[in-house]
Amino acid sequence: MNDMTPTREQREARLEGMGCKRKRVEDIRFTQGKGNYVDDLKLPGMLHGDFVRSPHAHARVKAIRKDDALKVPGVLAVLTAEDLKGVNLAWMPTLAGDVQMVLADGKVLFQSQEVAFVVATDRYAADDGIAKVEVDYEPLPVVIDPFKAMDPDAPVLREDIKDKKDGAHGPRKHHNHIFEWTVGDKDLTDAAFRKAEVTIKELISYHRTHPSPLETCQCVCSFDKIKGELTIWGTFQAPHVIRTVVALIAKIPEHKIHVISPDIGGGFGNKVGAYPGYICSAVASIVTGKPVKWVEDRMENLTATSFARDYHMTTEVAATREGKVTGLRVHVLADHGAFDACADPSKWPAGFFNIVTGSYDFPTAYLAVDGIYTNKAPGGVAYRCSFRVTEAAYCIERAMDILAQKLGMDPAELRLRNFIKPEQFPYHSALGWEYDSGDYHTAMKKMMESVKYAELRQEQSAKRDAFRQGKTREIMGVGVSFFTEIVGAGPSKNCDILGIAMFDSCEIRLHPTGAGIARVGTKSTGQGHETTWAQIIASEIGIPADDIMVEEGNTDTAPYGLGTYGSRSTPVAGAAIAMAARKIKAKAQMIAAYKLEVHEDDLEWDIEGFRVKGLPEKSMSMKDICWAAYNSVPPGMEPGLEAVSYYDPPNMTYPFGAYICVMDIDVDTGVYKVRRFYALDDCGTRINPMIIEGQVHGGLTEAFAIAMGQEIRYDETGNVVTGSFMDFFMPTAVETPHWETDFTVTPSPHHPIGAKGVGESPNVGGVPAFSNAVNDAFSFLGSTHIQMPHDYWRNWRAAKGLGVVA
Amino acid sequence: MAKIHVTMKVNGAEVEGLVEPRTLLVHFLRETLLLTGTHIGCETTHCGACTVDLDGASVKSCTVFAVQANGAEIATIESMANPDGTLSALQEGFRMMHGLQCGYCTPGMIVRAHRLLKENPNPDEAEIRFGISGNLCRCTGYQNIVRAIQYAAAKINGAQFKEAAE
Repeated sequence: MNDMTPTREQREARLEGMGCKRKRVEDIRFTQGKGNYVDDLKLPGMLHGDFVRSPHAHARVKAIRKDDALKVPGVLAVLTAEDLKGVNLAWMPTLAGDVQMVLADGKVLFQSQEVAFVVATDRYAADDGIAKVEVDYEPLPVVIDPFKAMDPDAPVLREDIKDKKDGAHGPRKHHNHIFEWTVGDKDLTDAAFRKAEVTIKELISYHRTHPSPLETCQCVCSFDKIKGELTIWGTFQAPHVIRTVVALIAKIPEHKIHVISPDIGGGFGNKVGAYPGYICSAVASIVTGKPVKWVEDRMENLTATSFARDYHMTTEVAATREGKVTGLRVHVLADHGAFDACADPSKWPAGFFNIVTGSYDFPTAYLAVDGIYTNKAPGGVAYRCSFRVTEAAYCIERAMDILAQKLGMDPAELRLRNFIKPEQFPYHSALGWEYDSGDYHTAMKKMMESVKYAELRQEQSAKRDAFRQGKTREIMGVGVSFFTEIVGAGPSKNCDILGIAMFDSCEIRLHPTGAGIARVGTKSTGQGHETTWAQIIASEIGIPADDIMVEEGNTDTAPYGLGTYGSRSTPVAGAAIAMAARKIKAKAQMIAAYKLEVHEDDLEWDIEGFRVKGLPEKSMSMKDICWAAYNSVPPGMEPGLEAVSYYDPPNMTYPFGAYICVMDIDVDTGVYKVRRFYALDDCGTRINPMIIEGQVHGGLTEAFAIAMGQEIRYDETGNVVTGSFMDFFMPTAVETPHWETDFTVTPSPHHPIGAKGVGESPNVGGVPAFSNAVNDAFSFLGSTHIQMPHDYWRNWRAAKGLGVVA
Repeated sequence: MAKIHVTMKVNGAEVEGLVEPRTLLVHFLRETLLLTGTHIGCETTHCGACTVDLDGASVKSCTVFAVQANGAEIATIESMANPDGTLSALQEGFRMMHGLQCGYCTPGMIVRAHRLLKENPNPDEAEIRFGISGNLCRCTGYQNIVRAIQYAAAKINGAQFKEAAE
């Protein structure tokens, strides 16, 4: 061996496989303005569609007059519900088993609801047309407060189902009730509370907010009348699901529908669902025979296209005086808006909220969720979280702090006392999940040591004394959060969307010269799949990541997949990629054995190919095997080197993390300053640490926004009062804190590469860390729980309410 | 609606077109000139995805009429690469420091950072954060964007970029 022979490390580094901070493939085009987003598409003869929207939250639509609009130069058509009825598309099914108006049919149920669709030669003419559509409304009483929706005399919102006693998820208790979902052992839990030495009870609300990716929802639909084919380019996080939904509701054969998700400017759950804009554009293209583009503006996005959270969680914990939890009881009032269009796996009306026992060993728990209708926008998407996991994590993490306060115990110590222990995994939770793996104590202790937790508490204690003595007007909060996520939906035994099991898929095709293409059923909205998927393949089969092109988002070429949301890409598609690569590797081994004239079992893997055991100089690289696959395969073997894998995960994965936020609040102004934020994540095997860190930064920034001010708020008449970026808190670089990241690695035992998913963890764990910091700051003044969001005004109001501000 | 003839210099080339008085500059750039690198995120001047350089200042092209830019000199993201086609220091900085994810804010962010570094070739972190506060990013949390701009500033100044201590 001479000095020029590369070391193992150098050879592995050349592959840029798993564990490498590989720079992103996508960035070459994105940094030069050469991305390809939906609104960049311009087709010959393309028309533009735009909506007439309701100014009322609840009103009867008495008449829609389109005549003047049709006289506007450039306006070609105005679609209303009456027109859509002709093709049976005035209503559409939702992912949650409800139906939703595509265009107002007789009444409107939320402000900004789609009433008519104006189709014109360009977007300016469409706007002119909108101004000329006359709609007569008869206002009706509105229901905004979810706690009043089930009053006996509350107005009937959904007249279409007012006499229906059963919904998609069982009996309905009231005309504004959607479902009741219960999990756990009620009797055992009630008994635990009767015997409890200490209990707490608190209404913990997680306010309504919105994912608001920087690119709004949009599409271009083009119907080819000659071929009878519909092509849809759209901002879809789940393009295959969109294709199937369109086939089912538009009655177009599925092979004649081509759905393409080009580059997507952020998703965060907003781009999972099917929205009226897609349906109307498709119908308009079919009617006009021309491509139709629909691009919503920001106000439309915030006020009509989905929402997130709006969970009101009455939470009770039973415990011993020593701080051992003995029972958890939660009732959720879930405000779903005007239609139940929540984007959850179909059998899960409250998503995976039953992860609400969190990281703690609760012997028993009981959960009941009541979904209700109000005059608000429909949606209920998982804003950077896995189906209501963020709500659950917030609920239990606030509750643990409230319990610690009642017990006079340190919140970190209370958590350490109640964590599921490493030897308890796989752990069966009281609400039905099997946690695959975890080492919570190690993560928590690492966090506490890293931030010098004990010193922070000493400083806080001194600062409180100083406050009491009038020496400072600033209070200090230390917010601890330890979350367990449940991601990677999901196993076919319990997860489907409209009957399609939630597997994911990968097809790898290697070319003769040793390069190849991988097509995957997911769709990156910024996660960098073109970079990371190739890294998995590089490590598995020894082809450099640079020589693997990754393609997603075209339903004609990609294998069927359920898409990207709920941190499912790595747990599900990541596994499919590894399994497809392993199929290729198995065939490659046969080819190598044939070419090297040895038995397959005499070969061993060596970074870029196979070598003969004991004869390391006798080897064949994967690149050479690729060539051989196209000219000299063993007798009887088919030529070529490609594989497809559809991966049905055996279980979810359970990433976890320990976060801490240190914050100072000026009681006289309510102005807070995030002094320090430290986030330790355990997402199992780490594919690209650079991308993981970036994801954590981004998710923490969203968590910061949500906890500290970002809200979709309605006034009592149903007006959205936070409908633009002026009012809806979007942190800039100035407000956004500095983030410190850290990690532990507890691989998933059932995932082929041990990875768990990370994109959403920082949103899930970050919100309770911020909120606990604020609540911790005020706790010594006698406060138990202050509702989010914690903006300056609300902080000041809290201080005033506690009597420390005149 | 009567149309108005406009001429301007965009990315070094003289261009002209007929626009309605109400046509927004961003639509003229994207739909007439087919320069789709400039994006639209809010149409209310908040997000900065549409930032272009107009006569030496960063402007949000969603709230400038094309007629207001008549006779102006404009630079968009499409002109930010080096003349030989390689990535500029800023573009390279964004890639090396992972200063982008979905890429939607990136063109506006780079065009803004380009002007920031002209105004202040050696900004500190606070100056960078203030300097890009008209540009929203939903993915990165800004930290790596700050590092990307620091990387570019160092490279342009011929200095060694020191990674900020974590």
